[in-house]
Amino acid sequence: MVDYVSALSIDFNLIWPEIALLIGASVILLGSISKSFRPVIPAVALISCIVAMLLASQQWGHQGSGFADMVTCDNFGVMFKQIFLIASIVTLFLGFRYLKVKGLNRPEYYALILFSTAGMMVMANTADLVVMFLGLEIMSLPLYVLAGFNRRSLESSEAGIKYFLMGAFATAFLLMGIAFIYGAAETTNLRRIVTNFSYIAYDYNSTAIYFYSGIALTLIGFGFKIAAVPFHSWVPDVYQGAPTPVTAFFSVAPKAAGFAVMLRIFVFGLSGVELLTTAFWVLAVLTMSVGNILALRQDNVKRMLAYSSISHAGYILVAMTVGGADAVSSAIFYLVAYTMFNLGAFAVVTVMETRSGCRSEFSELTGLSKVHPYLAAILALFMFALSGFPPTAGFLGKFYIFSAAVHKGFIWLAVIGVMNSFVSVYYYLRVIKTAYFDEVKGKVTPVVLSPTVIIALIITALGTLGLGFFPQQLLEFSQAAIFGMP
Amino acid sequence: MAEYLFLVPLLPLIGFLINGLLIGRLPRSVVSAVACGSVGLSLIVAIMLFFDLKALPADARLIEQTLFTWISADILHVNLAFMLDPLSAIMILVVTGVGFLIHVYSVGYMAHDKCFGRYFAYLNLFTFSMLVLVLADNFLLMFVGWEGVGLCSYLLIGFWYEKQSASDAGKKAFIVNRIGDFGFLIGMFIIFWHVGSLDFATVSQNAPMVFAAGGTVITVACLCLFVGATGKSAQIPLYVWLPDAMEGPTPVSALIHAATMVTAGVYMIARTNVLYMMAPDALMVVAIVGAATALFAATIGLAQNDIKRVLAYSTVSQLGYMFLACGVAAFSAGIFHLMTHAFFKALLFLGAGSVIHAMSDKQDMREMGGLKKHLPITFMTMLIATLAISGIPGFSGFFSKDEILWKSFSSSHGHVALWVLGFITAGLTAFYMFRLIYLTFYGEERMDAETKKHIHESPRTMTVPLMILAVLSVIGGLVGMPHIFGATNYFEEWLHPVMAGPPQEAATHALASAGANTSMEWILMFASVALVLMAIYLAWYLYRKNTAAAGSLADKLSGARTTLANKYYVDEFYGAVVIRPLIVFSLFLWKIVDVIIIDGFLNGLASLWHDISNALRHAQSGRVRSYATMFVFGVILVVAYFVLGSN
Repeated sequence: MVDYVSALSIDFNLIWPEIALLIGASVILLGSISKSFRPVIPAVALISCIVAMLLASQQWGHQGSGFADMVTCDNFGVMFKQIFLIASIVTLFLGFRYLKVKGLNRPEYYALILFSTAGMMVMANTADLVVMFLGLEIMSLPLYVLAGFNRRSLESSEAGIKYFLMGAFATAFLLMGIAFIYGAAETTNLRRIVTNFSYIAYDYNSTAIYFYSGIALTLIGFGFKIAAVPFHSWVPDVYQGAPTPVTAFFSVAPKAAGFAVMLRIFVFGLSGVELLTTAFWVLAVLTMSVGNILALRQDNVKRMLAYSSISHAGYILVAMTVGGADAVSSAIFYLVAYTMFNLGAFAVVTVMETRSGCRSEFSELTGLSKVHPYLAAILALFMFALSGFPPTAGFLGKFYIFSAAVHKGFIWLAVIGVMNSFVSVYYYLRVIKTAYFDEVKGKVTPVVLSPTVIIALIITALGTLGLGFFPQQLLEFSQAAIFGMP
Repeated sequence: MAEYLFLVPLLPLIGFLINGLLIGRLPRSVVSAVACGSVGLSLIVAIMLFFDLKALPADARLIEQTLFTWISADILHVNLAFMLDPLSAIMILVVTGVGFLIHVYSVGYMAHDKCFGRYFAYLNLFTFSMLVLVLADNFLLMFVGWEGVGLCSYLLIGFWYEKQSASDAGKKAFIVNRIGDFGFLIGMFIIFWHVGSLDFATVSQNAPMVFAAGGTVITVACLCLFVGATGKSAQIPLYVWLPDAMEGPTPVSALIHAATMVTAGVYMIARTNVLYMMAPDALMVVAIVGAATALFAATIGLAQNDIKRVLAYSTVSQLGYMFLACGVAAFSAGIFHLMTHAFFKALLFLGAGSVIHAMSDKQDMREMGGLKKHLPITFMTMLIATLAISGIPGFSGFFSKDEILWKSFSSSHGHVALWVLGFITAGLTAFYMFRLIYLTFYGEERMDAETKKHIHESPRTMTVPLMILAVLSVIGGLVGMPHIFGATNYFEEWLHPVMAGPPQEAATHALASAGANTSMEWILMFASVALVLMAIYLAWYLYRKNTAAAGSLADKLSGARTTLANKYYVDEFYGAVVIRPLIVFSLFLWKIVDVIIIDGFLNGLASLWHDISNALRHAQSGRVRSYATMFVFGVILVVAYFVLGSN
């Protein structure tokens, strides 16, 4: 039971990591007035992320709520905060040179990333639907701006506008869903909704209908954020148009935030709603299959990776369908692993794009193995991880999810998942084939690796391989993350 | 010191990573410093560990280090853990010691090769894998090393891959080894199935409870493991890859195909001696295969003209001795011979390398002769090694070979017939080795003038390792003197804690007829020494004194000679019986099953996906309103489902 006395208290220990990021972002925005402050802005952003990381680690193992039960701090939230922070750190590294080359080096980039990350952390740090919504908006508004960050580029502006329009559209449904649930349950606090669940669900008056349509609309709202099919159509255009480091961030962090909230609401909170299982089943199959099938015929690497990120959300939806401790901890494992190798793949694309005139088409990868064997090798590593080859983290992640599904009797779901994974091998290996075996036409533009990108590549490559070889530690963390969840 | 055990394999791995990742970017001096230095440091750590181990009381000599849990799934727990006991201590000393010398030698030998970095990267990787193999504390980790050395062997045999014969030989070695590995795996599965663990310690402890002694299961498991050993250690019927493996650079032949990797099978059997002691039938098979291989390969060695091929068949034959020892439950004698053989055979190969180096890469002994005065150090060291391998008393090979012959006669698992095979082999060995010496170093100089101009003694980096190995070939045997000399067999005593059963058994056996046995042992020893001397005399007579006699003898025995020169046509036999049918079958699988049935199905499936993908792609129009429409359809479906479902 919740300790309401402490739950009412104002305890800043619960929100220090968020505060650290907000301070960092504000310092950047204010300080950017001075020209001499500008060079240190990336460092400020990096430091505030690392401070937030340390502060979040302090919260590990402490369960608590406060601010009138609006904030709930637990291991589950801390785990996700770390995922967001890793993603933003890598994104900061990726942006550094890219922005300079593209003439986009403005301090707002760093501030926006920090604000958005703070929003995600708010989402993960609460068990209240309204605060979740608040966090979602804090996260999304900077993302809309980031998508259109390259305002001189038509594609980027288009991405910004499309993302904003579709996002606003989806938000409307989400808000309506929360309103319906509030109407039916008379509270927006997830724990109390769950306590009241039996009254609501078996009340055959109109309450139940409001409650269930509330769930449906909430599901849609968050489904948009994780790009579940059929709420995915914005993804390819936005991913392709946005500056590549931003796309890398999109493909990982907001998705993880969406999953954090969905796991909390639907898998832990409303596990009593049996309708959800089938709904997730269908969403998982659609998301995996449509993502993979559409990725097959893409000629642009960014667009291909956009579809691939849709299909990866499908694999995590498999874990959500299955439910239970094993599946959820494997979902968390997969999210961490996916964060690593997907960011890594985008890091390579970022490097490619810093060459002038590069539009990250497949054809521009030819000859990479000749001019830059290390980069080609690391790209191959990420592609193998994305397609789920051992000994990478991608293999273990999929293995844990599918074996959890089989253990719980979702055999067909696992079969469809494995088939999808099989189909995906085609387009991932196509990248490797292009980089290694396709004949070079004309001259290959050399690739310049900056130290910051090298750091990003090293972090992600070590993560991809390290989790593949030594999964035990992360598995224990992800099991501890869901220990004691309702 | 014990906590530094992991450094022994790690150092060569670091060497491999440095040389492998920076291939072609480091100057040769750095490459050789890294490669030799990493193995040298590893040798130093190994020596220190050896003394640590020696300081422990005899029955507590075990240093274990668990780095982390590698696999944990249900009942299968596999650690990445290393185990240093008297047996693996000897192995790491041999591997790092001989390995270090060969690394140093290679610096000189490969000095003119354009792929210097790649060579040393492979060589370091090999050393790492071999150390993992011998230090592993469980079957699976051993298998990792086992496959690792197989891979390096493949890479190094085919090191000069532009040469068709070299890349073919590499493939042959790999494929033949895969057959053996399959046996190893099956044996491992059987053991895991019954014992539920892959740890050597647990398996050894539980085996007597789980398996019926002499029962079918344990016999089959041991035989499967032995199939693995015949592949890796080139025994009948899987020995065919080793002679071809001589296509690799000569130091590789010395390190991998003489001193270390090929002895992995012997090591594996010694490591699992507890299991073999419970399966006498399997032991008998090991002994027979070993003795037969020893004799068979020695006869082929008589008629080879390529200097390295003689040594290759000699290696197969000597490995046969080691298996013979294991087969008669004299495991420590097998390991003893493994060690002395590592010294003198590595020396012989390196000496042959020095000869080939001097002869501008010619390997045919018919084109050599009279090299004694041109290559004095090479000659002296090779002569020492030849005396050692022939079993001249006082040299290392004498002690180890004599112990094997005596055990094959006296052990309760032994038999007179096994002794006879070993005895004849000893004579043949002395004959073909001295034939090699006389053809290469004595007589008229048969090479062409161009080659003759270039003959020179090898540089220091090559001759110093030769001299060190020569010293070891002489004194290496003193640690294992037979009891009848009134000395202590330190070697057997050292290995005693890890070897199950046989020593006590042999002791009681010996006690029963002590007097008779002692005199018998003297008689047999004199007999074999006499045979060896006769064989040497015959070689001297045929290839030095009266070379015409050799020619006429060869004419008289031309049939036998062609058979031997063609290696009993075993390759041709395998070609006709195994490979041809396989090719026909695989052609069927390829043309019919694969191309028509499977590819047809898959291509159909793939084009189906493509069409679906194409069709779906048009839904992605780029217009926000169509996206919103799709979204709304989704909304309607989801909401309808929940609303209808709630009732």
